[in-house]
Amino acid sequence: MDEINNLLHGFSVALTLPNLGFMLVGITLGVLIGVLPGLGGANGIAILLPLTLSMNPTTAIIMLSCIYWGALFGGAITSILFNIPGEPWSVATTFDGYPMAQQGRAAQALTAAFTSSFVGALFAVVLITFLAPLLAKFAIRFGPAEFFAVQLLTFCSFVGMSKEPPAKVIAAMMLGFALAAVGMDSVTGQLRMTYGYPPLLKGFDFLIAVIGLFGIGEILLTMEEGLAFKGKHAKIDPKVVWSTWKTLPRHWLTFLRSTAIGCWMGITPGGATPASFMSYGIARRMSKEPDSFGKGQVEGVLAPETAAHAAGTSALLPMLTLGIPGSPTAAVLLGGLLIWGLQPGPMLFVEQKDFVWGLIASMYLGNIVGLFVVLTTVPFWAAMLRIPFSVIAPVIVVICAIGAYTVHSSMFDVVLMLVFGVLGYLFKKLRYPLAPLVLALVLGDMAEASFRQSMLISQGSLSIFWSNGLVGSIVGLALVMLCWPLLGTLKSWLQRSAPAAPAEGNAS
Amino acid sequence: MEENQEPRDAAGAVVGSRWPEVIVSAMLVGVAVLVITDSLRVGNGWADDGPQSGYFPFYIGLILLASSGSVLVGALLKWRGDNPVFAERSQLASVCAVLVPMTVYVAGIAWLGIYVASFLLIAFFMRRHGKYGWAGTATVSVAVPLVVYLVFERWFLVLLPKGPLEALLGL
Repeated sequence: MDEINNLLHGFSVALTLPNLGFMLVGITLGVLIGVLPGLGGANGIAILLPLTLSMNPTTAIIMLSCIYWGALFGGAITSILFNIPGEPWSVATTFDGYPMAQQGRAAQALTAAFTSSFVGALFAVVLITFLAPLLAKFAIRFGPAEFFAVQLLTFCSFVGMSKEPPAKVIAAMMLGFALAAVGMDSVTGQLRMTYGYPPLLKGFDFLIAVIGLFGIGEILLTMEEGLAFKGKHAKIDPKVVWSTWKTLPRHWLTFLRSTAIGCWMGITPGGATPASFMSYGIARRMSKEPDSFGKGQVEGVLAPETAAHAAGTSALLPMLTLGIPGSPTAAVLLGGLLIWGLQPGPMLFVEQKDFVWGLIASMYLGNIVGLFVVLTTVPFWAAMLRIPFSVIAPVIVVICAIGAYTVHSSMFDVVLMLVFGVLGYLFKKLRYPLAPLVLALVLGDMAEASFRQSMLISQGSLSIFWSNGLVGSIVGLALVMLCWPLLGTLKSWLQRSAPAAPAEGNAS
Repeated sequence: MEENQEPRDAAGAVVGSRWPEVIVSAMLVGVAVLVITDSLRVGNGWADDGPQSGYFPFYIGLILLASSGSVLVGALLKWRGDNPVFAERSQLASVCAVLVPMTVYVAGIAWLGIYVASFLLIAFFMRRHGKYGWAGTATVSVAVPLVVYLVFERWFLVLLPKGPLEALLGL
């Protein structure tokens, strides 16, 4: 087995004392970034990139990817203890994690979250190790129509799986797409929707939106509830860890399903956030007792965490093999590779064996280190959030402002952050979901490009989206997801009134 | 808002979601109109070399118009119906208590630079909401901008906005 030999070689690269040290630093910084609302993995890595320029690329990517793992782990802590998603992908973890904490089962919820994150990541790394060449070959056959179909599936799943009213999900999503389209059109070079206002030329950066919506918006929401984080205490002792671990094998099917969803969404540019929502939604629909979800069901923690971590990890697979990032954070890491003079793509596996296999080996090690770090240091992170809000709120505002400013060194972005903050508050209060907005903003250009290319190929005919089995089945699945809420209303309507001919729900 | 479903004492007055719902969805309808107008301006059809710039955004605008429009119409139709609670007045007051200083802070960054503005924001918060003593307030509010300076300008070599004070110090 070539892969095993390569992997063993990778371990010999990654297992040096300085690399292990940077791994620990990365994980710790990552958890901190994940814990603080408004500071995210993509953002944190972007800020730390310049620091790593003088490092050896292998060491640098090990540290930066460990920040990513740390952030994935850290998001769960605030979600469960404080009902505040530190990261967009841990929003789904709050649905059942926080109720569990309220019932005094915080330690179990945290153990379950960390372990399932670890399991999800481990599966994804194994996948990267063995299936990277095969999957790359499969995805390389994807034309623009297939890419657009996958993106369509991502967005339609939001409609099918969200708890929010479908009209509001779609509205939030479309707002994201509209904002993504602002600025210069990369194909024709024409200016769109700038209405003659120069700061809009470069468009809306999703980082600014994320900082505003999740950072500032969250602070406004917390302010509304009073000046204290209503956090639950958590101390994880080994006994609880052990007893929780013993119950986990029972949920093997959830693990398997969530890992599959996560890996798929990570490899295709779906990303961790929709993967976590989709996995949560499917776990609820497949469950024998769907009503227990949202009230502290342990599966409601396992499903999104497994999927988010699997997606976050496998997002690096297309980034390394094809140069297509599967998530915003992977996109930032891709930028790092280019700065270090490494060209991502199939040739990377041939020319930079040390780098690639060192990174893959570090994924195994980083997640093991991460699991131990978070399990042992939870009280510390929880204490961190117990600092009075009157101190932590202005400090987070300052960090958000710095984060927004440093993206493009632009004062306009800081103002924009504030606007997004107010929007985030209003949307949260009126039950417009934020995740589809952000995702549409991130993927907007990509979705538009693949849609236009497909239209170019078919000369404007939508039939290209069912021109072959692969694209047809993805689009079909997407339409099912889109019509899922319609199905529910139809069923209750049929039960109430006399059976009538069901109207075909057709999405244009 | 005086004719709420459940009239309460003046102290616990609530704001219904009726108005916020209408305002937000009307705003989204407005965005949709802007998107559609501009897409039509740049062209939403086909040029010689393929779809024009407005091709994709045009449909985005249409779907946004339909979805936010349905929310708006729904809210208007239910105008006489129940009016779920948006927030209590006192809650909105505390949101404003952080939103207003934040707005002043952002304006302050442009004018005073980020360090002085951050110092003022943290000091204001700690005095006003945390009821900290002068010593504690001074320590934290001076330490945070100082740490930010050392980490960003010295360690990461990222330049942040500066104002008259930094110019005076020659930084």
